[in-house]
Amino acid sequence: MIRLVGILVGIGFTFVVLLAFVTGAYTAATEGLGEETAEKAFHLEAHGPAGGFAHDGLTPEWDLAQLQRGYQVYKEVCSACHSLEFVAFRNLEDLGYSEDEVKAEAAAWVVPDINPDTGENSTRPGTPTDYFPSPYANDVAAAAANNNAIPPDLSLITKARHHGPEYVYSLLTGYQEPSAELAARFPDSVPGPGLYHNPYFANLNLAMAPPLTTDGQVTYADGTEATVSQMSQDVAAFLTWAAEPSLVDRVKLGWIVMGFLLFVTVLAWLAKKSVWSTLKTRKD
Amino acid sequence: MSFPWAKQYEPTNPVAKFFDEKLPLPRLVYNAVGAGYPVPRNLSYMWNFGVLAGFCLVLQIVTGVVLAMHYAANDAVAFNSVEHIMRDVNWGWAMRYAHANGASAFFVVIYLHIFRGFFYSSYKAPREMIWLIGVVIFLLMMATAFMGYVLPWGQMSFWGAKVITGLFGAIPLVGESLQVWLLGGYAPDNAALNRFFSLHFLLPFVIAGCVILHIWALHIPGSSNPTGVEVKSESDTVPFHPYYTAKDGFGLGVFLLIYCAFVFFMPNALGHPDNYIPANPLSTPAHIVPEWYFWPFYAILRAFTFDFILPAKLWGVLAMFAAILVWFFLPWLDKSPVRSGSYRPLFRIFFWVLVVDMLILFWLGGAAAEEPYVMFSQLATAYYFLHFLVILPIISSIEKPKPLPFSITEAVLGSDEKSVLKNKSEPTA
Ligand code: HEC
Ligand code: HEM
Repeated sequence: MIRLVGILVGIGFTFVVLLAFVTGAYTAATEGLGEETAEKAFHLEAHGPAGGFAHDGLTPEWDLAQLQRGYQVYKEVCSACHSLEFVAFRNLEDLGYSEDEVKAEAAAWVVPDINPDTGENSTRPGTPTDYFPSPYANDVAAAAANNNAIPPDLSLITKARHHGPEYVYSLLTGYQEPSAELAARFPDSVPGPGLYHNPYFANLNLAMAPPLTTDGQVTYADGTEATVSQMSQDVAAFLTWAAEPSLVDRVKLGWIVMGFLLFVTVLAWLAKKSVWSTLKTRKD
Repeated sequence: MSFPWAKQYEPTNPVAKFFDEKLPLPRLVYNAVGAGYPVPRNLSYMWNFGVLAGFCLVLQIVTGVVLAMHYAANDAVAFNSVEHIMRDVNWGWAMRYAHANGASAFFVVIYLHIFRGFFYSSYKAPREMIWLIGVVIFLLMMATAFMGYVLPWGQMSFWGAKVITGLFGAIPLVGESLQVWLLGGYAPDNAALNRFFSLHFLLPFVIAGCVILHIWALHIPGSSNPTGVEVKSESDTVPFHPYYTAKDGFGLGVFLLIYCAFVFFMPNALGHPDNYIPANPLSTPAHIVPEWYFWPFYAILRAFTFDFILPAKLWGVLAMFAAILVWFFLPWLDKSPVRSGSYRPLFRIFFWVLVVDMLILFWLGGAAAEEPYVMFSQLATAYYFLHFLVILPIISSIEKPKPLPFSITEAVLGSDEKSVLKNKSEPTA
């Protein structure tokens, strides 16, 4: 009985799903497999800078000099529009700054506060325990200043995109004029006013004007030449640290754990072998 | 119950004796996973996954309880509290990555455990109850993992919750009210997040209870084995301890090596980047996908695109649930008297087709909902239902199985004295 009902139910589901298949296949045969879109034709996969990042792979390191340069780019360029809400000034000690340097650095930022006498909103210099302040009072102000797009918080950006560090690098170096082919085939995908073409961005046009445009836009304290590519990879490395300060420690600890587990597993295998060796096996 | 030759627990030291008289907990353990539990001597490594699943459950409970000490189930701060765990809590990142990847590991182990059951028809008499409880555990795991994924309140948390709870809206008449009742609102918000957290905390303990029933039911007939021939005499078994504790210990080591490689070297490989974007009801992600372990069922859900009497969406929901519920009926759908797929030439072919079909469904559930993927998933879905509901019942009646060994001992050693005796007394056998 169960088997009979089962066969009927099975044939029922199969029939309905095959009906859907037949209609789908008919549409595909008569109209083709969906329309070509500009995103499909012109979107490019993210790539990292030549030589990659120091934090890549199974033996990652933080390149502290690079992180400091990247921080400088964030501070002097990106922070005009983007917040970094999960990072506190005290975290900058990770980048190799001393406690006093962090104090001085924090004091150079202005953070929101409340006037203790009047209760009104006010500001004061930052302290190490403060978090990076947001450039805009709220999302409405952020959108109003940026052609209706809200600049996302950057503290998790490298984890919030596929191949995040490479993506940030590609995005910053990837701005270009839309090709004539794109304009001819997909006139709707040519950037309108206030939008900029970038084949690494998911829908090809974004509201962020190219933030890094000229070599020497920042003057690096360590004398490194500030090309657009250099600044882009530095800030990408910095944002990778900002998204996951524990990355390098995690992988290093991972090797210790793996070594220990490997040792224990070999012991367990030997133990298993010795326990089972007392049993008779096939006598051929 | 156990076999008559099972070793008896005989405490010698006074403390152990005291306990055994007042609360025989050590005796329970001895009989469950100690020397008092005789187990077929020929179990392969496919029999390691039950113990590993138990380990995963404990791992999730331990890491989960620690996370719950720092997590805040409120839609305004949930996302930030997870980042607080990642950045400020000592070892918080390790706890969170261990928990998030622990869920994936749990499902890998469970899928292997279930497919072991399919191949060796572990669901057949006398083990039907073990199987039924197992399917209940799987359903509870899915509910638990789904609600856990909502807790970090990222974009995929929110939109995943919205899509999945939206499925209830497809039920005729009561659907909409049911959906609102489940969520505590019209879309996932603070009310939903809070109840999901409460249930996500509760359900693992319900699972633990079911696991106890599962093992209790297992100890009545004892474990099956790769030949599918039941235990006949003492020479067919070895005591669980030390034989299988040693084997499971090695299996656990291998499991931990793979699991830790994920936790420490690629902790976000199985997650979706969008879940590092805070939930935003006003911005829909380009592709909404659940976690990978739901993909086969998600593919089945999306395969129904044609309104045939009922709306396509309702067909999809029915099929998705049916795809799991059909497992409940396996003991009665598969009537072959032979358990092990090793002795079932026809069944074995279809078993491997099912494995491939399932892998295809995994792939398609994660793919975008566009052609040609939808067409592929329709074919794969059709096979899925045909396999369990049509092919399995039919082959179990037409197939001619290969001859079985007389006993486990014979399968392992090449001969069994008792089978010789038996042949003498019953020359026809
Ligand atoms: C003038 C303001 C402004 C400055 C300066 C700026 N950005 Fe942006 N950024 C934006 C806006 C606006 C968006 C949102 C774009 C959109 O969604 O169309 C954005 C988006 C982004 C994105 C996300 C793109 C995506 O995939 O969604 C990244 C990454 C980014 N900016 C990085 C940077 C970096 C790094 C810097 C510093 C070098 C920087 N931005 C400087 C305004 C700015
Ligand atoms: C059956 C066992 C369990 C499974 C399969 C499971 C699964 C999950 C999943 C998939 C997540 C989302 C992970 C992420 O992306 O961050 C999660 C989060 C969470 N779980 Fe569990 N879980 C289990 C048991 C538990 C238990 C027993 C507790 C607490 C007592 C718990 C507490 C939490 C908390 C607080 C979070 C949110 C923090 C975070 O997102 O990392 N879990 N769980």
